[in-house]
Amino acid sequence: MISLAHYLTVAAILFTIGVLGIFLNRRNVILMLMAIELILLAVNINLVAFSAYLGDLSGQVLAMFVLTVAAAEAAIGLAILVIFFRRKGSIAVDAATRMHG
Amino acid sequence: MIAILAFYLFATLTIASAVAVIFARNPVHSVLWLIVAFFNAAGLMLLVGAEFIAMLVVIVYVGAVAVLFLFVVMMLDVDFSQLRSGFTKNLPFGLLIALVLLAEIIIAVSAWRAGPALSGREVAAVTQPNIIALGQLLYSKYLFPFEIAGLILLVAMVGAIVLTHRERPGQQRQNASRQIRRRPEDAVRNTKPGVGEGMKL
Repeated sequence: MISLAHYLTVAAILFTIGVLGIFLNRRNVILMLMAIELILLAVNINLVAFSAYLGDLSGQVLAMFVLTVAAAEAAIGLAILVIFFRRKGSIAVDAATRMHG
Repeated sequence: MIAILAFYLFATLTIASAVAVIFARNPVHSVLWLIVAFFNAAGLMLLVGAEFIAMLVVIVYVGAVAVLFLFVVMMLDVDFSQLRSGFTKNLPFGLLIALVLLAEIIIAVSAWRAGPALSGREVAAVTQPNIIALGQLLYSKYLFPFEIAGLILLVAMVGAIVLTHRERPGQQRQNASRQIRRRPEDAVRNTKPGVGEGMKL
């Protein structure tokens, strides 16, 4: 039978892939944002699995809030990306040296 | 049996498409793999009986977030191959960090035990549909956080519009106060031109 540990392992692997994605694509902001979405998806799988196996629906409500924040973050992140591209003509993050002050 | 098969199918597909997301050369392919990963994760959630969250993942992630990503990737004229420099340079260190992180999480998962309040507690049998139970919880105990979530979405919407909005020169815009200040006495003129004389404007 599928146990909670199975789900947690899948979520752990997904989380690690997300972190790896941030490490590998250090210059490509779009892929970094996608990796962040993967990380949040792993968190959601964890929350839903715990909620189902402990019989407590609060986990699913919390997963919904995580979903809300993920959507908001993607919208704001991509908006910042678009204005950054308009200024610089590139989306390489290591070119973002004028962000102080 | 079928549930076990479905779990392994969804799990392997989720992980494989997540790997494809970060290793794909073309960012459009990355977004498409991301959509596959979201669908399979929704399947995983469906298997434990969280139907509402599964549908929400499909609607919000696939329908909104992934399409937004696709939009931006296609809209920006970026040389993506140039952005991949340093990929192989970062690979050994990144893999090392990832493996250490994975090992830590797996050790933590295998050592996990439910706390005293939960250990050995019978899980209550599901008596009502997931969406009804979730709705009752959401609109009673979590009403305030729910409204805050709506506020966060509003702030995100306003923020995205304010950030990306720009004034272009030569753009014609409505001037509301000038429109409201305009009175009929100033704007309308009654004349009665004679026959064949025409009108002087």
